[in-house]
Amino acid sequence: MEFFRIHKDIPFMRHALKFNIISLLTFVAAVFFLFWNGLNLSVEFTGGTLVEVNYTQTADLEKVRGALAKAGHGEVAVQNFGSSHDVLIRLPLKADEPTAKAGEAVMAALDADAPGATLRRVEFVGPQVGKELAENGAMALLLVVIGIVIYLAFRFEWRFSVAAIIANLHDVVIILGFFACFGWEFSLSVLAAVLAVLGYSVNESVVVFDRVRETFKKARGLSTPQVLDHAITRTISRTIITHGSTQMMVLSMLIFGGETLHNFALALTIGICFGIYSSVLVASPLVMWLGVSREQFVKPKRQIEGANEDGAVV
Amino acid sequence: MNRYPLWKYATVVIALLIGLLYTLPNFFGESPAVQVSSAKATLKVDTQTLARVETTLNAAQVVNDGLFLDTVGVKVRLHDADTQLKARDLLEKEFNPDPENAQYVVALNLLSASPQWLTRLSALPMYLGLDLRGGVHFLLQVDMKGALTKRLDSLGADLRTLMRDKNIRHAGIAREGERVVLRFRDAETRDRARNALADAQPDLQLADQGEGEDLKLVATLKPQAVTRLQASALSQNMTTLHNRINELGVAEPVIQQQGADRIVVQLPGVQDTAKAKDILGRTATLEIRMVDDTAGALEAAQAGQVPFGTELYVERGGKPLLVKKQVMLTGERLTDAQPGFDNQTQEPSVHLTLDSAGARIFKDVTRDNVGKRMAILLIEKGKGEVVTAPVIRTEIGGGRVQISGRMSTVEANDTALLLRAGSLAAPMEIIEERTIGPSLGADNIKKGFDSTLWGFTAIAVFMIAYYMLFGAVSVVALATNLLFLIALLSMLQATLTLPGIAAIALTLGMAIDSNVLINERIREELRNGMTPAAAITTGYERAFGTILDSNVTTLIAGIALLIFGSGPIRGFAVVHCLGILTSLFSSVVVSRALVNLLYGGRRKIDSLAIGQVWKPQGSAAASPAAKSAAKVAAPVAATKAAPKQGAASPAAGKSGAINWGDSGGRGAAGKPDSGGKAK
Repeated sequence: MEFFRIHKDIPFMRHALKFNIISLLTFVAAVFFLFWNGLNLSVEFTGGTLVEVNYTQTADLEKVRGALAKAGHGEVAVQNFGSSHDVLIRLPLKADEPTAKAGEAVMAALDADAPGATLRRVEFVGPQVGKELAENGAMALLLVVIGIVIYLAFRFEWRFSVAAIIANLHDVVIILGFFACFGWEFSLSVLAAVLAVLGYSVNESVVVFDRVRETFKKARGLSTPQVLDHAITRTISRTIITHGSTQMMVLSMLIFGGETLHNFALALTIGICFGIYSSVLVASPLVMWLGVSREQFVKPKRQIEGANEDGAVV
Repeated sequence: MNRYPLWKYATVVIALLIGLLYTLPNFFGESPAVQVSSAKATLKVDTQTLARVETTLNAAQVVNDGLFLDTVGVKVRLHDADTQLKARDLLEKEFNPDPENAQYVVALNLLSASPQWLTRLSALPMYLGLDLRGGVHFLLQVDMKGALTKRLDSLGADLRTLMRDKNIRHAGIAREGERVVLRFRDAETRDRARNALADAQPDLQLADQGEGEDLKLVATLKPQAVTRLQASALSQNMTTLHNRINELGVAEPVIQQQGADRIVVQLPGVQDTAKAKDILGRTATLEIRMVDDTAGALEAAQAGQVPFGTELYVERGGKPLLVKKQVMLTGERLTDAQPGFDNQTQEPSVHLTLDSAGARIFKDVTRDNVGKRMAILLIEKGKGEVVTAPVIRTEIGGGRVQISGRMSTVEANDTALLLRAGSLAAPMEIIEERTIGPSLGADNIKKGFDSTLWGFTAIAVFMIAYYMLFGAVSVVALATNLLFLIALLSMLQATLTLPGIAAIALTLGMAIDSNVLINERIREELRNGMTPAAAITTGYERAFGTILDSNVTTLIAGIALLIFGSGPIRGFAVVHCLGILTSLFSSVVVSRALVNLLYGGRRKIDSLAIGQVWKPQGSAAASPAAKSAAKVAAPVAATKAAPKQGAASPAAGKSGAINWGDSGGRGAAGKPDSGGKAK
């Protein structure tokens, strides 16, 4: 089997501007949704209590809400979690009562008015922990960005590192945009997925850049866009197969992983799809516009004293 | 050329064997067990306990699958859950005849069912996190400010005593925030005070303030002293928590420090959070009372007539003791208790430090009661326990008390621990709580396992269909990656959580990248006209640089997560980072070893089973080597592509710049042994 039968280099760079405009529009839309809707942050970040209960029969959400309202828990979010038997109850932090009592209060209220619930899990996060997690998340993102920029600058050239990080950070924003747009819950595991996918799609750019460097070194007389086209065309088969394989694993998590892994897998899926697009079709034009050229890779030949034109020393 | 030296094969085989060995315990599952451990710091579980457990079980004809003693306690392996419950009830009755006053913790536990020889090699199964086995997780924040305030308050009292002892007239000593301010009317007195303080309280930092009639000396704790205070507050709180959690009968509680001021408590299997919280938050108090030595009183009390104003307690040795109800001193006055040795006799002893108010009371009490006994009691849940009951030899002033005589070093240690454990050094607050029901834990394991299994299967089917034999090699390499990863996690006894399982799946999905890179590169070299043998060598060589680069960037993300992640993220990051490292080895070294085994031995390789290698026709003309490779490797592709030849060739020729055949010559020039040149 061979999926990719490409006769000659596909002129990707001819459409560089179009690709970048598409990605710019997506990016702007993502930023818009981030500001418009905001992220639906999970309890881990905001602080609060989360109670998951299981009913043997289909859970009556109205009854659960009623029971909780009666017990004085006004601002609760009650929803099904995965199946109609599982119910997830979210309680915000109360300023006057920051202790971990809410979980028991909920169970007591349910026992009284909506009996039959068994406790599956309780998560309580205090306000200081939530704030710390958000800060640490931002720090982790920053560290990844700096680390990758330094590594790529060291391994390739600053133009590559700047292009790769711009392309991949725009992926991150787009993932966040999706989560904001659809109101999916942004939890710690989603953050982990975002960071993992960031490292993963940067390696996509690395593979292309490796080829760019190789082509620059080996083939003379090619213009920069031609070199980029060649490098992308040569790696496209690997790109799609690799991402396809990773996506198979992620899809399996999406199908079998249940509710807990659902958003994690979702973030990965978006990240993988946009990762291919941006690391190949956005990063490469950026490199081109930043002015990459053959001279940056080929060391000038050392002149040997007394050498004739053929390079042979007599 | 595609041969590994023997040592490389040996390395791979040894790595595989080690991997297999350490992965093995995970397959045996767990068998039910009952664990007997001590509930009191003063009670040691030893071989006698082991013998007692054995005789108890044998007497009731409960068959066990072996029992042993480890650092935690006696563990008995049992055949099934029913016998486990039966054995638990039996042992509970035997070891804790009085359920109100439990001496031992008899808890249900699960032990790895892997054979003894594996356990002896310290090959243990992975440790499952709470989200997989169910239980309670608490994160407690220790109120260090509270500990500091408490210390400064007692310091203020100490300073007052000091000033009085040294006859220094001050105009008031008060704590203001995190400092103690001493006021004086004239500079000379202040100087005297400063000198006195510098000698008596080396932990204090002193500064002058104010002028005229209102002169101040501001004392703050030195940073080292604050650090020491916080460290001791934390360790004391942890000790206290340990003692209390014993009561819950949890088999393997985890109590760990996290950061400078936090404690993580994990109680696997516990569902009753209310009780756990109650126990964590409870305060115990220490009381010093006098012993009633009146002749005949003890006998009367034992007969049932406890004299008015006294209580009957049992000493540690088992002797009864009649203690007066009046409390002389409480644990709040006790600032420290440390084991040590008597200066003169070198006997093991316990050194207590009292604050100034406590010292004054203690001096008065001891002066009036020389020759009598006093009892130090630990009161918890309204029940008291005599920690120690020493005889007062002389009047003791200065707040430094030494208890010695008839004590072993171990006993001195235990006593000091109990005295310190009396109360929490600083208040604590639960800032994070997670309760996971047992059914959810089992569900999570199943979900994580299923995702990995099906994902792996899908990748395996695709790889084999697409790359044939090389795909199979890639799948084997991926499987060994999984083996190494699990072996490494088991070896490190890292905690496996659901995000950790997700990380295993994701790492596998990403690790296949290396093999795709290699396989694509080999196909490309074949396409460029290399001989199969040369294509393998070049393919692996060229791909390696790229593999390294891409793994490093992924690793950077993993390490960032490891540094800043906490809780579930950390589990994810650990597995992710380890997985990247193992994938480097398995995808490059192991797969190469396999390929070398398959192809390296042959003298002449006609073709590689790497699936169909499609060749555009333009290149066939460019390189003579390509023609022969095309003939042997992909005849089908060549004919299929033939009709397109007319379109492809002119285009390639016209552009003149670069075409699919260009690197054939390149490879030939670089590699003397490659196909291009040999022809």
